[in-house]
Amino acid sequence: MQRDWIAPPAAGHAVQLDGLCKQFGDRTVLDGLHLDIAPGEFVAIVGRSGCGKSTLLRLLAGLDAPSDGELRLGGAPASARRDDVRMMFQEARLLPWRTVLQNVKLGLDAADAQARDALAHVGLVDRAHDWPSVLSGGQRQRVALARALVHRPRLMLLDEPLGALDALTRIEMQRLIESVWRERRFTAVLVTHDVAEAVALADRVLLVEDGRITLDEAVTLARPRAHGSAAFADIEGRVLARVLKEPAQAAIEQRSRLAA
Amino acid sequence: MRPPTRHLRGFAPWIVPLLILLAWEASSRLGWLSVRILPEPLAVATAFWNLLVSGSLVHDVAISTGRALGGLAIGGGLGLALGLLTGTFRTAETLLDTTLQMIRNVPALALIPLVILWFGIDESAKLFLVAIGVFFPIYLNTYHGIRAVDAGLIEMARSYGLQGWSLYRDVILPGALPSILVGLRFSLGLMWVLLIVAETISAQSGIGYMTMNAREFLQTDVVLVGVLLYALLGKLADLVARGLERRFLRWNPAYLGVAA
Repeated sequence: MQRDWIAPPAAGHAVQLDGLCKQFGDRTVLDGLHLDIAPGEFVAIVGRSGCGKSTLLRLLAGLDAPSDGELRLGGAPASARRDDVRMMFQEARLLPWRTVLQNVKLGLDAADAQARDALAHVGLVDRAHDWPSVLSGGQRQRVALARALVHRPRLMLLDEPLGALDALTRIEMQRLIESVWRERRFTAVLVTHDVAEAVALADRVLLVEDGRITLDEAVTLARPRAHGSAAFADIEGRVLARVLKEPAQAAIEQRSRLAA
Repeated sequence: MRPPTRHLRGFAPWIVPLLILLAWEASSRLGWLSVRILPEPLAVATAFWNLLVSGSLVHDVAISTGRALGGLAIGGGLGLALGLLTGTFRTAETLLDTTLQMIRNVPALALIPLVILWFGIDESAKLFLVAIGVFFPIYLNTYHGIRAVDAGLIEMARSYGLQGWSLYRDVILPGALPSILVGLRFSLGLMWVLLIVAETISAQSGIGYMTMNAREFLQTDVVLVGVLLYALLGKLADLVARGLERRFLRWNPAYLGVAA
């Protein structure tokens, strides 16, 4: 299954965010966010719903424009069109009227061999001529991964792509994403609800709260990481406690204020 | 499935029509039905045969079909074009949609006196009636089809570098196609209704003319031939519409079994 890629692997982009702000109307979603990501680094962003982590990803993808602040990719200010940035969404978002192969070729001209290679990489080359509607959820996400890979991204954005998958498929997909990342060395930013997933995949786990980064935890465990190990559980527990602490405290403060 | 069962299932829908035909023939022979009210099926078949041999049937059907398709081309073409326009551009929607929705509420048949005043009773009056009748189903379904295209797919395609015409061709049009074809199917049904009315009011040729002429000479059998022709042509139009759906929507789970 592991076939050679024709071109050499693309090196990852460095990402620098400097005072990044995003407002929707009166609501401030990102509030002067600073972040440096090294080339080829795998960063996971966790946080509660509505904390701004998905907005951050959309800014990186160029789907939204920041209200203020600077966004640098590979040392240069990010342009509107980002051919070397690819995003995997929560849903696979395959075009149902195109076959699997045609979906992987989206946005490329005459790239049959590359598309087949990418499909072989995710183990679905035998499904090339099927319609997406006959694939399982996990297979669809694998096609979406192949579709992103065929563009040789230097920055891969993953917006909870495994959230809708069952537990076993999710672990398989985590392994697949990790192996592809190790081979291609692109920079990866994963947004997830699942702290265990973040710890399993990332070099650094970031917590976003109220539009800022409030935790930056390095994960130095050897790869591939075993979910069951004590060191793993220790980091996972620490991050999880930190994610849960803040809102609980805020609620207590609010209640005491109301009582006063 | 075993072949005998399949034969039976193919035959089953025709059992009731055949029984009705038999009962009809029997009651004519027994004198229960007057020939003036309902001639026996055999007489209708003979009338059909005579008209076919004389060539007038082919001539009238060709004329009527020409009118129907002409009206469909004009009205459907305009409906598609305007639907694409208002579906794609907000400005066009703001400018046109309210007006079109108002006109839509006028039944096409209510325009007959006006149409006669404008066009007299020649070909353009019939074309106009058919065109205005088929316009709205295609317009409405095209407009809604375009609006209902999954925003997630459009966003995904944009992030993969598709824009302008390629975005339209690969994502928006195929996404709207199921809805457009529903509109076409409605239009095909309406097309015959409007043509029948138009030809019954005034015509020097066509199926409507044939039946109205026959009525004056009390040829009930020929009138019935006309009625049956409309039924057949309507069924034929429906088959064509279904064929188009099977051809163009073969990616759709609803048609997958059929296409295989």
